[in-house]
Amino acid sequence: MLSYILRRILYAIPILLGVLFVTHFLFFGISSPEVIARRNLSTRNPKPEQIKQWLTDHGYDKPASEQLKRSTIDMMSFNFGKSDTTGEDIWSRIKQGALPSLIVGGLVFLIGLAIALLTAIIAAYFRGTYVDAFITFFCVVLMSVVYIVYVIGLQFVLGKLLRLGPISGWDTGLGMLKFLALPVVIGVISGLGADIRLYRTFLLDETNQDYVRTARAKGVAEQWILFRHVLKNALMPVITSTVAAIPTLILGSLVLESFFGIPGLGNYLVDAINGQDFSVVRAMVFLGTLLTIVGLIFTDIAYALVDPRVRLE
Amino acid sequence: MLLQVENLKTYFHTPRGIAKAVDGVSFSVEKGETRAIVGESGCGKSITALSLLQLVPEPAGYIESGRILFEGKDLLDRTWEQMREVRGDDISMIFQEPMTSLNPVYTVGWQIEETMRAHGKNAATARARALELLDRVGIKDPSGALRQYPHELSGGMRQRVMISIALANRPKLLVADEPTTALDVTVQAQILALIRELQKETGMAVLLITHDLGIVAEVADTVSVMYAGQVVEDAPTRELFKNPRHPYTRGLFASLPARNRRGQDLATLEGVVPDSAAWPKGCRFADRCKYAWESCHTIAPTFHPNGSDRPVRCHLYDPNISGRPSRLPWLTELPVTADLVEAAKL
Repeated sequence: MLSYILRRILYAIPILLGVLFVTHFLFFGISSPEVIARRNLSTRNPKPEQIKQWLTDHGYDKPASEQLKRSTIDMMSFNFGKSDTTGEDIWSRIKQGALPSLIVGGLVFLIGLAIALLTAIIAAYFRGTYVDAFITFFCVVLMSVVYIVYVIGLQFVLGKLLRLGPISGWDTGLGMLKFLALPVVIGVISGLGADIRLYRTFLLDETNQDYVRTARAKGVAEQWILFRHVLKNALMPVITSTVAAIPTLILGSLVLESFFGIPGLGNYLVDAINGQDFSVVRAMVFLGTLLTIVGLIFTDIAYALVDPRVRLE
Repeated sequence: MLLQVENLKTYFHTPRGIAKAVDGVSFSVEKGETRAIVGESGCGKSITALSLLQLVPEPAGYIESGRILFEGKDLLDRTWEQMREVRGDDISMIFQEPMTSLNPVYTVGWQIEETMRAHGKNAATARARALELLDRVGIKDPSGALRQYPHELSGGMRQRVMISIALANRPKLLVADEPTTALDVTVQAQILALIRELQKETGMAVLLITHDLGIVAEVADTVSVMYAGQVVEDAPTRELFKNPRHPYTRGLFASLPARNRRGQDLATLEGVVPDSAAWPKGCRFADRCKYAWESCHTIAPTFHPNGSDRPVRCHLYDPNISGRPSRLPWLTELPVTADLVEAAKL
């Protein structure tokens, strides 16, 4: 297993290089360093010398190959540098933003997973009955509504009409709770419909397996069959679809964070994209890739732990 | 009488209407006896087996009517929970697919012990008995096998594990639904021999579902031949092989290779089993029967035609049906079962 993980880490290197390469050319395919310089210089009509000076200061005067080489070495050694727009140290901003993102993302993830699994189990247990039909109907409704409608709708109803809490913002310590409620509820609701349907399918796939018939023929009770036989098998695809997401939780949600003014990494990235801040975008994309790869390795390990048929070699 | 099935009807809701998969099946199993149910795929034999334990796939399938008397009491009167007490205890079942019939994520030992724990045995007793069972069904290193997962075993070994699960609570009846169909021929023989030995030791009865007449000749005491959801012929094995009466049974025998027909093409039964959602009005076999005449297509034959000691569902044996030939039409043909009778020393 150890050699497998080491091999996977080595495979990650070409992936990271590829992602950096693609990010660089995509970004500058749309924008150019001159445009960025113009945006970031305080004067309305900057002189060519000023632009040239900005480019030299930020290292964009060198040939593309040189820039790419430099940025690859920097990223690989976790030397993220400074923001193109504000001059802030990127690494310290990432450290600051990770916690709010993790709190919101982690709560959405855990609460969502628990509710989705529980509802899916109920639907599977009562398959073919009105309970199941109602849950399916409810899921289709949830899936049919666009994310943004929840955000604006709930902000309007809960925050403005009922005045139950603040519409957006952030605080540290316990004061954070009143700002958390709305984004977490919306984050959970928006993913719920699809997840319940998916987990219900996983469970029903398993209830039709031959080993369930065997368990019934053995005289095992139905609840035992569901929780001991079916659930353990159905959890395997659930694990693949969730464990991979865990490391990326610190990256936050682009939409939720920017709508609710949460100072997390999702918000940071949205601002960087809007402000054409290449240094920050590059660092965030690199970090995202890295965490996704880590998530996939976690998935493989989790698989090997639950499924006796899987061996990592 | 251990088991008596009377006029069992198991139906399925399908988009084409109600499929009468099992449509009035009756048979009985004596204590310690082996009864085989033979027939081609789709004739309802597996559904009959599943109906006994009320394991017909729900909600599409349901038992419409009939009686399943086990030791004189009707199993259909039992609630789901009362039925659970019978399953795996008085009546056990093994299945055709040893590859998928065991849960892949639990050890063999856990799955054998589960059967006993579900019926109130304590963990220590169950463990000891599991070890004893694995040893008895011929698994080398039984204590090692207890800790193995199903995927680590071959098909034959898994079927042995299934047999030990079925035998764990010393059942009075073992229902074996095509237990050797998915296995190699050599392994088939071993598994059949094992079931027979265990039957001798424990005195349990066996209901064997199969499409293989060779297996029937080897292990069965009595045979029910099923066609299109009904039993068409019921006889002691020896009688059936010496003198098959129903044209369908004769067709099954004729499709086996035999020495006295060397060099000839194997006989086939033309056509397919009719649709179970729309059984024909007359004899269900009439469309494929080379001896059929007009009455066969219009009047459904009964299972006990007059003047016949051995029940057979065919107009050829019913003196009240008009247009019947004066003698059985195949008396001039070569015997279809001579080889099998000889080989099985019946």
